[in-house]
Amino acid sequence: MDAIIKNLGLIINATLVATPPLLYAALGSCFSERSGVVNIGIEGMMTIGAFTGAAVGLFTGNGWIAFLCGGLAGAMFGLIHAIACVSFGADQTISGTAINFLAPGLAIFLCKAMFDNSTDTPPLDTASKLPKLFDGMFPVGSFANNVFSTYVPAYLCFVLVAVVWFVFYKTRFGLRLRAVGEHPKACDTLGINVFRIRYICVIISGFLAGLGGAYVTLATINQFRPIVIVGQGFIAIAAVIFGKFTPQGAMKACLLFGLCSGLKVLANTGNTISPNLISMIPYVVTIVTLVLFVGHARVPAANGKPYVKSK
Amino acid sequence: MGKTSHVDQKTVAIQMKDIVKKFGDFVANDHINLTVHKGEVHAILGENGAGKSTLMNVLYGLYRPTEGEIYVGGQPVHIDTPKKAIELGIGMVHQHFMLVQPYTVTENIILGMEPVKGLKVDLDSAKEKVKELSERYNMQVDPDAKIEDISVGMQQRAEILKVLYRGAEILILDEPTASLTPQEIEELIEIIGHLTADGKSVILITHKLKEIKASADYCTIIRQGKYIQTVKVEDVTENDLASMMVGRDVEFVVEKKDMKPGEVVLDIKNLHGKDYRGVEILKGLNLNVRKGEIVGLAGVDGNGQTELVEILTGLRKGDSGEIYMNGENVLNQTPRALFDKGISSIPADRQKHGLVLDFSVAENLILQNFGEEKFSKKGILDKKSILDHARDLVGKFDIRPSGSEGKPAGQLSGGNQQKVIIAREVTNDKELLIAVNPTRGLDVGAIEFVHKYIVEQRNKNRAVLLVSFELDEIMSLSDRIEVIFDGTISGSMAGKDADENTLGLMMAGGKQHG
Amino acid sequence: MDEKKSILNSNALYTFIAILFGFLVGALFLLVAGISPAEAYMKLFTGVFSKPKFIAWAIIYASPLIFTGLSVAFSFRTGVFNIGAEGQFVVGSLSAAVVGILVDVPMIIHIPLCILAAAAAGALWGSVVGWLKVKKGINEVLLFIMFNWIAFYLSNYVVNLSSIHKEGGGEATKDILASAAILLPEPVRKLTGCSNVNFGIFMAVAAAVLIWFLINKTTLGYQLRAVGFNRNAAEYGGINSNQAVMTAMAISGCLAGLGGAVQVLGMSMRISQFATQESFGFQGITVALIAGSNPIGCIFSGLFYGAMKYGGSKLSLINAPSEVVDIIMGTIILFIAVSHVFKKLALKGKRG
Repeated sequence: MDAIIKNLGLIINATLVATPPLLYAALGSCFSERSGVVNIGIEGMMTIGAFTGAAVGLFTGNGWIAFLCGGLAGAMFGLIHAIACVSFGADQTISGTAINFLAPGLAIFLCKAMFDNSTDTPPLDTASKLPKLFDGMFPVGSFANNVFSTYVPAYLCFVLVAVVWFVFYKTRFGLRLRAVGEHPKACDTLGINVFRIRYICVIISGFLAGLGGAYVTLATINQFRPIVIVGQGFIAIAAVIFGKFTPQGAMKACLLFGLCSGLKVLANTGNTISPNLISMIPYVVTIVTLVLFVGHARVPAANGKPYVKSK
Repeated sequence: MGKTSHVDQKTVAIQMKDIVKKFGDFVANDHINLTVHKGEVHAILGENGAGKSTLMNVLYGLYRPTEGEIYVGGQPVHIDTPKKAIELGIGMVHQHFMLVQPYTVTENIILGMEPVKGLKVDLDSAKEKVKELSERYNMQVDPDAKIEDISVGMQQRAEILKVLYRGAEILILDEPTASLTPQEIEELIEIIGHLTADGKSVILITHKLKEIKASADYCTIIRQGKYIQTVKVEDVTENDLASMMVGRDVEFVVEKKDMKPGEVVLDIKNLHGKDYRGVEILKGLNLNVRKGEIVGLAGVDGNGQTELVEILTGLRKGDSGEIYMNGENVLNQTPRALFDKGISSIPADRQKHGLVLDFSVAENLILQNFGEEKFSKKGILDKKSILDHARDLVGKFDIRPSGSEGKPAGQLSGGNQQKVIIAREVTNDKELLIAVNPTRGLDVGAIEFVHKYIVEQRNKNRAVLLVSFELDEIMSLSDRIEVIFDGTISGSMAGKDADENTLGLMMAGGKQHG
Repeated sequence: MDEKKSILNSNALYTFIAILFGFLVGALFLLVAGISPAEAYMKLFTGVFSKPKFIAWAIIYASPLIFTGLSVAFSFRTGVFNIGAEGQFVVGSLSAAVVGILVDVPMIIHIPLCILAAAAAGALWGSVVGWLKVKKGINEVLLFIMFNWIAFYLSNYVVNLSSIHKEGGGEATKDILASAAILLPEPVRKLTGCSNVNFGIFMAVAAAVLIWFLINKTTLGYQLRAVGFNRNAAEYGGINSNQAVMTAMAISGCLAGLGGAVQVLGMSMRISQFATQESFGFQGITVALIAGSNPIGCIFSGLFYGAMKYGGSKLSLINAPSEVVDIIMGTIILFIAVSHVFKKLALKGKRG
């Protein structure tokens, strides 16, 4: 019994470690997609966020400031994406692809320039990382410690889901942002500034993706390496499509992916099944679920289409 | 009938003076004047492409005028955004509704002017306001229904409420009757009456003369972007209006020689089918078309004609029943097979279904025939014969600009795009031609052209099924008229006996057999 | 005037400006990092062109990229965005490696067998997505991403199987048998001074010409383009669009898979466990974009990318981050993405 509880604790802990980066990025993706802008640059925005988080953490020694700066770095690339897609009407997938080259390239470029031509930043000390909740209150290795005492932003992201849900479905901004993703012309005729809303949403998506990236370097591990962001951004996008473009749906999908990572950690200790096969599970599960139950999600009607005002 | 004879500065709601709007080299509005008084219904009459919508988009701040001035309540104003227009009390109901499909009626109405309580949108008070407005102007809507679930008529009422919610004093209605039944049109005219009684002004953009006579006080006529004149409606007849609109006397009758219909080509029996939402919309439809006749299928949009055509062309599956083409049941065959069995069609939406806009005219002209020996051998295209074929048709059908066979179809005007489709379908020379709203959005010249070819097919002893929302078109072309209502044929009559009132009644569901 | 217009209208001009712009932005970042852009770009240039051997290497780098570029370009032309070329490349290289290691037959059979296996695997990987998209209506971008990762872990799984894994060889497979390698004859390799000169580039060029012909000259290409431009009209005209999409995905996947074969059989000779996606597929997107989705163009943009990649690897010699290549490439794509706006402005300016 004790072993079961202990293992359960380990799984929950691993899930709590693996889910937040995905969830922050997925919530960001929700903003962008719902406003009608496809953003596959999430991956790159996470990478630049991860690097910036680590670098600022090293220089300031303050995890929270570093976390925020990671978000801001992502937001900067969100701005670039918005300029290209919203103002210039660029193909959104192509612009996103460009960002997936630019942002990680820049991250490693800067890393080499700043840290002695190394692709890794030096490790952060614990004090410079993000703080843990109830740090030191529970015995190390205990169930309570595993479940209730991990990094604070891991819990915050779930609060953020509720906030985003409220914003989307209860506020004026949310009503407008969803409408802009469905029928931008109608919004335009009602005096709603389509461009402004899309700018805001795409920048928010970059900011949240940046936070997701920074979480990895400031919590999950303690430094930036080129392989810290390997596909989490794409998985976050998948989670959003899987979750039918709603924050609550995206959360469930992210938890599924996070849980699989949790199982992987546990299976690794047993060494019975190849970790590579276990790593496939979330992807296979997603496809099977889509085939069997979900079918196609209702994509926001204006998703991916540049809005052109005629003058 | 004097020009702008009715200006009375005290009661003028808006005035547009010498409005010019250019798109590149094209002059859409060439010094147009318009004066609308309070409590007046002012029609703007013109053909498709005459510049009516452009003028209204200028007034509503969607376009900026190249030259000219606008006065609201006597004050000169610059309307550069719809927001500004709304602030000035101008509201517009667009021809293609500007409604967010998955939103409720209330959400659509308040969008952009949402009442808030704290951080939240105050939906309850919004709903109250919507109810209050709809009662005041006697417009029935369900505030909680989603747009995608309600009728076209109710969507239009939601649009009008949207404008009223913003406190509009001047309402622009852009082609408001395009997809309404004659009865719904009457209701709309009644609503317009309520609005003007309340002191509001209504600008009615239309090319339908009857509605102008029925509801408007004044009418401003625009032709090819130019201001013609403003008349008091009670002083003129429909024919006067028509000739002012077109610039010459109009002959509504299409020349047709007498023909005796031959054997049955298409025979539809007890056809059932669903619409895109999975709701049954064809409920046991029976219809046949014979050689050498044009059968006009009249009806209000949404009664199953779209689905019928989709089933006939293989884009949609029918649930049950039979479709006989020369005696063979062809229900639920592929588009390719149906084409091979003798069905060709002019689709309703030429840009969506009729043409690949990025393809050249030549490539579009072989859309069904690229596999034929003439155009390809062993899977390899014969560019030369494809181009020759196109050159031939471009000349024969007067597709302009001449020599456009290599140009992308998207660069042609609407009328010429339609000519490309007609050239293709007529050249296919199939036994049955289905034409769906074949003249929508075309100018008078192009309409005559299209009608000529449709009649020519009939004269060549082909069967033609004409599906149209324009009663005038149905009445002037058809040898026999069948009316579709609620998924079945609700009545039929010979083309020469047709009168609008009886047809209108049948379109609204009154059974009658001629 | 007409001639002027056609220059302003041509994609080549904007691609050229985009490339210039990319180098400009790259230079800016180099400056900020305290590195002389002149020196770095000189190194990039001489790193590729100063010796025939270097040129040969750049071509070797380019061959698989031309294939993935073709794969993406082909999918673009048929209205699908094949972001899954990455996974198709991986299963292609995996299949080529497995057949190359485990099957022992004469060269004349072995090489075609490996190539066929890679092509089939890539085609399968692409068509499964095509099938799920068409039959189940599932978003293909999502499917591609999922399939990329399944391929990734599948490859890592197979690399570690005992029959394939090199004993004591760390995280890689055994080498493929010599009979499976597509290297050019020994004398030619000696002549260029490059041990890995292979047939890949000839295969890539042949594939590009073939795809160009397929798209522009055949009825199949006509149908695929019609579906790509306007699915509704194509269906109305009697073209089976579902079948067209599946065919296109199979061909696109096949091309990416061939890229994987060329990489394994001509260059790496084995596959290693991935720590991160190798990005041949993603780089293919860039190749296709620079080429304006023109198959023949993909040859040149693939060579350009290959040269940048190879030249970039030399930048570390002067302590300049090779990632400047990614920055340059990203900027180029971004500029190409927005160039249509400038095109319109240029034409307007001309007219006004």
